[in-house]
Amino acid sequence: MSLFAVHLSYWQSTILRVAFALVAVLLPAGTLVYAYLFKAVSFMQSRLGPMEAGPYGSMQLMAEVGKFLQKEDIVPSRADRVLFKAAPFVVLMSTFLLVLTLPFSVDDTFVNLNTGIYFAMAVSSVSVIGILMAGWASANKYSLLGGIRAAGQLIAYELPMILAVVGVVIQAGTLNMNGIVYAQWHTKIFGWGGIGNPYILTQFVAFFIFLIAVQAELTQTPFDMPIAESELVAGYLTEYSGLRFLLFFIGEFATMGVFSAIASILFLGGWTIPWGPAFDSNVYNVLGPIVLLVKMMIVAFLVVWARFSFPRFREDQLQRLAWKFLIPLALINITATAILKVVF
Amino acid sequence: MLKPKIPGVLKGLGITAKTMVETMFPDGPLKPPGPAKGAVTVQYPHEKETPAPRARGVIALKEENCTSCMLCARECPDWCIYIEAHKTKAPPRRAGGKPRKVNSLDRFDIDFSLCMYCGICVEVCPFDALFWSPEYEFSEFRIADLLHDKARLAEWMETVPEFEAYEAGSQAKVKKVPR
Repeated sequence: MSLFAVHLSYWQSTILRVAFALVAVLLPAGTLVYAYLFKAVSFMQSRLGPMEAGPYGSMQLMAEVGKFLQKEDIVPSRADRVLFKAAPFVVLMSTFLLVLTLPFSVDDTFVNLNTGIYFAMAVSSVSVIGILMAGWASANKYSLLGGIRAAGQLIAYELPMILAVVGVVIQAGTLNMNGIVYAQWHTKIFGWGGIGNPYILTQFVAFFIFLIAVQAELTQTPFDMPIAESELVAGYLTEYSGLRFLLFFIGEFATMGVFSAIASILFLGGWTIPWGPAFDSNVYNVLGPIVLLVKMMIVAFLVVWARFSFPRFREDQLQRLAWKFLIPLALINITATAILKVVF
Repeated sequence: MLKPKIPGVLKGLGITAKTMVETMFPDGPLKPPGPAKGAVTVQYPHEKETPAPRARGVIALKEENCTSCMLCARECPDWCIYIEAHKTKAPPRRAGGKPRKVNSLDRFDIDFSLCMYCGICVEVCPFDALFWSPEYEFSEFRIADLLHDKARLAEWMETVPEFEAYEAGSQAKVKKVPR
């Protein structure tokens, strides 16, 4: 790995990668929580949100983290201690593995996998295991019900998500995430190359399915049966406190950031400025992550917007939406994409 | 096959978006944002809303009117009123009359850590000794300090607002708050 023409040895680049991975997980998560969960939602409800900690409450997140770190880490006496303690780390591990696949720019990748999006879809399912572990190990009926609901929901919505991605992959002709970005950049739509070809224009059905599936994968509100507070206390989070609860929380919002970034890579052209001039790759190495962050925030806003607009789905409605509506729609989209790909 | 109800879904998104824009830009979308003006809430310790005149904040005691009849203490659902009194002689009403026997309050405590603000004591008091005051800021660091004695309860008397006029056509006369 070389950075700005300085050759780095293996351990140096490893330390850099770990530091950047921490930044790439925590920075979007923190930004999302402050900008959307604290502020945009408050404005949607005609209130101001946190205003005391720091200017306009900007330090509120630090205060929250400090509060969670002080709290006692309680393990129920009948709980399976090892599984209970390991569960949040499994969920967080899935998030970190997801971040690794993201291309932030031409060279700004942790690993440039040829099967990037395939790997991302695969490791995103690891969090199901963590959630099931949390639900089972808590030795609590609410946790168990929440965990089982989460497993059922996450598996159900993984399918439409992957099938939606397949449409994009067929059109791009590659599984490499940077390859998908290049496929959208400087290509022409019917001879007009003004903004490239962000796949939201051709794969809008897939984008729609992907967003709904992301909403369900993150157990955000229309799909929050697993942590439905009015019936399950807090679902699989019921017995967690202190640091481990915080880890679940970070995992949830970091994953929201990563999925939004994946959505902007697949459908909005990733780190490229669609109408921008063809910059040098070094310029894009600095500019790319910022562009990606902006696009990520736009997609994440849709998630949070839906989260605070809609009431909760009933369990059977939720499953019906996935199996009877989204999956057939995704299959039709794949068929149409494949046919059009051959025709044009 | 599930029929997706698209219009309702979009309407819901529209309502939250509209509220968000209205809160952020109360003067119109081209003016600088002013969420502090757009929000319907107030930032409590810095600015306060005036409570409604009949708000149930704290209970005030007019000690001179109390006859220690114990009705309030008995009606109190969670028994948070403590009354102790002794008999004393008061000067006669008319010259040459017999001295009157009256009850003098030794103790009149309301434990606001138990009180559930039902207002039954205020309702039941036959001598207009208990009143609702809209003051609501009397939290304490120690729970024992929430026991207000008669001196503290009498202090709240100053904050009791005048009774509001009844609606037009009412036969009942509006009582005056004894000062």
